[in-house]
Formats: sequence, structure tokens, C-alpha cells
Amino acid sequence: MLNGYGSTILDGAWLTLQLALSSIAVAIFLGLLGAAFRLSPIKWLALLGEAYATVIRGIPDLVLILLIFYGGQDIVNRVAPLLGYNDYIDINPFIAGVGTMGFIFGAYLSETFRGAFMAIPKGQAEAGAAYGMSNLQVFFRILVPQMIRFAIPGFTNNWLVLTKATALISVVGLQDMMFKAKNAADATREPFTFYLAVAGLYLVLTSVSLLALRFLEKRYSVGTKAADL
Amino acid sequence: MIFDFSVIWDSLPLYFGGVLVTLKILLIALAGGLALAIPLGLMRVSKSAWVNFPAWLYTYVIRGTPMLVQLFLIYYGLAQFEAVRTSFMWPYLSSATFCACLAFAINTSAYSAEILAGSLKATPPGEIEAAKAMGMSRAKLYRRILLPSALRRALPQYSNEVIMMLHTTSLASIVTLVDITGAARTVSSRFYLPFEAFITAGLFYLVLTFILVRLFKLAERRWLAYLAPRKA
Repeated sequence: MLNGYGSTILDGAWLTLQLALSSIAVAIFLGLLGAAFRLSPIKWLALLGEAYATVIRGIPDLVLILLIFYGGQDIVNRVAPLLGYNDYIDINPFIAGVGTMGFIFGAYLSETFRGAFMAIPKGQAEAGAAYGMSNLQVFFRILVPQMIRFAIPGFTNNWLVLTKATALISVVGLQDMMFKAKNAADATREPFTFYLAVAGLYLVLTSVSLLALRFLEKRYSVGTKAADL
Repeated sequence: MIFDFSVIWDSLPLYFGGVLVTLKILLIALAGGLALAIPLGLMRVSKSAWVNFPAWLYTYVIRGTPMLVQLFLIYYGLAQFEAVRTSFMWPYLSSATFCACLAFAINTSAYSAEILAGSLKATPPGEIEAAKAMGMSRAKLYRRILLPSALRRALPQYSNEVIMMLHTTSLASIVTLVDITGAARTVSSRFYLPFEAFITAGLFYLVLTFILVRLFKLAERRWLAYLAPRKA
């Protein structure tokens, strides 16, 4: 299939999927942290969360990827000698990719999660406090489970954008399916064929995601009544 | 000193040249995208499946695949076909600027069409009934009532799309254009100062983003004044 490049491209697709899933895990963590910061009564924490969301969302993904990947590596190697470490440090592209994508989409998710937390009626957190729960217990036992339902539409959107944005990591040399397709395209001089195949694979990925998240949204909305318009 | 911003200072003309390229691509892509989005948006609200389905498929496929793949398909992909290479379009299709603008316009048209369709569907039914009661034809109804109010109501969401598009134009640097990101890549490789080069590019985009947000706020104040909450 595809002049024998089919299996390499599928390998690349597997890497793309791993990259996307690991990145979303990092992004969820940072997004929750960012949302908690922004909703915090402590002024400087709220400001920090605000700055994270605003600055990251104001800069293109590609620039952030180049900045963190090349710039980050550069800075690490400028700082390391000062700390008495003289070997050149080479950052693994997969780890760097996961970190970068997680960091970028954490900012977008913090916005989604903040909105979702704010959609939960105040009485819920107050009831938790009345039961003698600590702030952390209220956060993880009361707020997070209820927030998920409100966050799913925004989350779906962010996940789809993230999946598609993983293609950019190929620019810094991670051998995802985009990178593999480019190699195959250069070798066979049939770029259209290979990019079309990759487009098809991305479309499968986004379509499956849409279906799965729609199912999830239904699950989390069991027991709530939709507005009947 | 860990950081060295003196070369960046000397390279500022390169960055400002990049700003012009970025804005040029952005404006062409948005204009082309909007011109495509209006008919597509109208198709997407049609009750006839024959009209609706092709537009649905178009927006679904474009929105379901990465911008980078679309750009590569047009810039590198089309050259695979002999027919394209011998056609009258080849002088255009072999130009990176043209291909970038075309790819971005196609991409934004799909997103804008969905925004417009959503906005059209949110038209208060009373407005349509009133227009029909006045004896307007379908064409006149669209021209005078539906489109003007739907385009206005789409403004807040469209501003998001425009900012996304500003960020998307950074991909033009991958197909050799010297936009802001391209300028940063040039500076980065010329002086081997990636951190300073890209952080500067980031600042340029941040400033452009804030300017766009501000402009859209002003536009909303002008065209959506009737939807603003009433002042006490």
C-alpha cells in the first residue's frame, strides 16, 4: 500500500496518537491548575493564572513550539555550564513535544475549566464546606466531578485543535505521521498522494474523537434535564 | 550575560518587514475566506439536502484536518500532476505566497461558514415573519434582513476566528515566506540565538493580537450597539 510506505505512515500515526494523548494529560493538569489559580481569592495567584492564559493564547502555536523547542534547548545549554555541567544536552523531541503542547493547551483548557467551575451553583461548594471538607476535598470531590459536564463541549473543541496542532511538531523533527509523509513524499515524488492519506488519517482521528466525546457528554448529562426549546 | 538582545535590536527592520507580510497574507486570506463563507453559510442553512450536504462535507473535512496538511497539499501536492504544471494557473500555484493565501482562505472559509450558519439560525423568527408580511421576496429577505443582522451577530465569534487566523499565518514561514515567524527563523539561524529570536516574534504577535481584539471591541460597539446591555 502507498508504494510500501503505508506501514511507516501508520507507525507515525501511532506516534501522533501517543503525542496527542500524553499532551492532553499534561494540558488537563495545567488547565486545572490554571483554572484554580484564576478563581483563587489570592490576588497574585489569580494574576499569574490570568497572565498564563492571556500570553499563551496570544502567541501562535508554531512560534511557541519553536521557542520552547529550540529556545528552551538553547537556554538549557547556556545555563548548564554555569552550574558546572559541560556536556551538550539534547532534549528528546517526544518529551519536548508533549511538554510544549501540554503547556500551550493547558492555557486554553484553563479558560474552559474556569467557565465550567463558574457554572456550578455556589451552594454546592458551601454544602461541602458545611460538611467540614477541606478546600482540596471540596475541589476534588464536589467541584471537579460536576465541572466535567460543563467542560465537555469546550474540551472537545480543544482536543480537536490539539490533535490537529500535533502536525506542527513534525517541523521540529518528531517523526509523527506528518514527518513520515513528508519523507515518503520526497522519496517518491508523489506528495499529493501521501498528504491526502495523512489528511484522511487525521479525519478518522477527529471523527472518532467527536463520536466518543458526544457519547461521554450524554453519559455525564444523565440525570439533568435539558432546556426544552 | 545569558541573554543577548542587541542583535535583535539590529534585526528589527527584518521583523517589521515580517509584520507587513503577515498582515498582507492575513488580509487576503480573510477577504477570500469571507467571500467563500457567505455562500457556504447560506448553503449550510438550506433545508434541501442537495444544497446543504456539499457545504457540510466541505466544512467537515476542512475543519477535521490540520492546516499544515492542507497547506502542503496545495503547495507541494498539486505539483504532482502534469495537468497542473502545464495549466495557466501554474505561475500562481508555484508561488508560495499565492498557495499560502489560498490554503488559509479555504481554511478560514470553512470555520467562518459555520459561524455564519449558526448566526443565521439564531435570527429571531419575528424578523423573518415581519419581512414576509411586508411582501419581501426570498432574495430581498436575505439581502435586507437575514444577512445584515446575522453578519453583525457573528462579529464576536468572528473576532476569535480572525485571531486564530493571525496565528495560523505563522505557518507561511514553513513554506519559505518571511513573515514574523520567518523573520525570527532567519535571525535564529543567522546568529544562533533561537530564544531571543522567537520570544521577539511572540511579542510581535501578542501586540498584533491585542490590537485586533481592541479593533473588534470598537467594531462591536459600532455595529452591535443595539445588543449591548442598557446603561442604568
